[in-house]
Amino acid sequence: MRRNKSGLLRMERRWGMLLALPVTLGLLFFAIGPIVASFVFSMTDWHIGGQSSFVGLNNYETILTKDPVFTKSLFVTVYYVLATVPVAILAAFGLAMLLNRKVKGLSVFRTIFFLPSIVPRIAGTMLWLWLFNPDFGLLNSIFEYFGLPGSQWIYAEETAIPSIALMSVWGVGNYMIIFLAGLQSVPTHLYEAVEVDGGGAWRKFFHVTLPSMTPTIFFNMVMMQIGAFQSFDSVYVMTQGGPNNATLLYVVYLYRIAFTETKIGYASALSWILFVIIVALTLITFRTSRKWVYYEGGGK
Amino acid sequence: MASQISTAFAKPQKSTRMKMIGKSNVFTYFTLIVLSLLMILPLIWLVRSSLMDNAQIFIFPPEWIPEPFRWSNYPEALTAVPFKRFFLNTMILEVLTVSGVLVTTMISAYTFARLRWPGKNIVFGVLLATGMLPGAATLIPMFVFWRELGALDSFIPLSLPSWFGAGVYTGQGVFAIFLMRQFFMTIPRELDEAAYMDGANPLTVLWHIILPLSKPALLVITVFSFNDVWNQFLEPTLYLSSEKKYTMALGLASFKGLYNAQWGYLMAASATMVAPIILLFFLAQRYFIEGITLTGIKG
Repeated sequence: MRRNKSGLLRMERRWGMLLALPVTLGLLFFAIGPIVASFVFSMTDWHIGGQSSFVGLNNYETILTKDPVFTKSLFVTVYYVLATVPVAILAAFGLAMLLNRKVKGLSVFRTIFFLPSIVPRIAGTMLWLWLFNPDFGLLNSIFEYFGLPGSQWIYAEETAIPSIALMSVWGVGNYMIIFLAGLQSVPTHLYEAVEVDGGGAWRKFFHVTLPSMTPTIFFNMVMMQIGAFQSFDSVYVMTQGGPNNATLLYVVYLYRIAFTETKIGYASALSWILFVIIVALTLITFRTSRKWVYYEGGGK
Repeated sequence: MASQISTAFAKPQKSTRMKMIGKSNVFTYFTLIVLSLLMILPLIWLVRSSLMDNAQIFIFPPEWIPEPFRWSNYPEALTAVPFKRFFLNTMILEVLTVSGVLVTTMISAYTFARLRWPGKNIVFGVLLATGMLPGAATLIPMFVFWRELGALDSFIPLSLPSWFGAGVYTGQGVFAIFLMRQFFMTIPRELDEAAYMDGANPLTVLWHIILPLSKPALLVITVFSFNDVWNQFLEPTLYLSSEKKYTMALGLASFKGLYNAQWGYLMAASATMVAPIILLFFLAQRYFIEGITLTGIKG
């Protein structure tokens, strides 16, 4: 059974649509459908197990003007993002720079820096819960050893978010790998050009390495930002949002409203606000990126 | 990019120059050693705590070597709650979900990379756009959907979406399809076309020609999906309510509530969850690293 050209086209069309069927159905049922449904829910006062009626934009109005817990949770989340992203970028970049030098035992160091990032999150959370233990934990023991006063870590309002940020920074290994690959792809002729001009290590760093790495830095920043804004697992297990809502990350609050208090309508409005914030934040980051991200060849 | 990736984890080249042990290198080594100690310390603490008895674990300042080595923490912790069951559940979910990701990624990527049909670009564009959706935005309606279908407290909400391109979670599925499509586009088209002229259909081509050439890309996706399922917490918390359906992650979290101050047990249970992933990493190091570097490609 040999095929001619038009037979081939017919076959491609038939099979093409057939093979795309699962993913198209998936788009409708697991992406577009839910998003539309969530918008409809957000305009109702639906509780699971209760009646629901249309309330227009009431939920949004209540959230934005009369919900102090929402404000607190947004503040906590922004604080967490600001405490994590810049430190994590610096740490990952710094580690990659160190590893990019020709040192002995490189593969051992690389593996050690990378390992924490693949520790399963819940197991890592348990481990840090124990490290943070104010009475017998490792962190306070180290402080004690150096004669410093211990901290209450996740158990005190002021230190809870920085503690969780510290735990996240421990797992920057995967970002380090992305930076390392980026550093290794910086064209060597650029470094040679600086050398010819008599430039040293600093000049190389500020005139070649850093500009060449800006797209990678930018990419990692956007990904971390989006991830940090939606953090849930560790906080949910460690503190449930406490003490006194000091670690009430946005998704933890959303989860509480939706599935503990079963206010589906209100929680849907919360999830739409989160969606808008993430899109806006990403757009803003993209816009400012034009000022500092350097793409080789000028264009994007 | 592929060559870059392999160099990222290739053996460091032996420098021919001998001026390596300069002052700046002493500084580099010093920093590297201190930082590696800091990074590895929590993991050492995990192992050391998992082998200690309660008397020793609460000594202050802490001791590093268990005395005696209390190996029985492991069997005791792992039978205190049905961890065997949790492990089995996790593995069932792994098989159901990872195979879904692989099959759907292959056929979707193939149709997007190779076949001509009307509306293809629109579907692909919409697919890429939904990859940016934050998972939290679809959580509530998905819960309502599965509740209406009576699928709560089952593995269906956790695994079925992966058979429809939604991956372990939304963005993951889209990304896998995108990656595989890019990969297919590097395979010469002539191979497929010759087979088509002989009357083969796309599934035969996919199975006999494309699949054998795509093993590295498939392994990257397998390793990552496996890791994602192993890690998954929010969705299992939401969908699985009876203890006999718990995954490892859920079991470990519930363990914390039951054995609050039993740090030896808790650390033994945690170490048990970490070990398979570390093992997977050492077996498939290359694919871990490739996958991570490929995520950075978009920049």
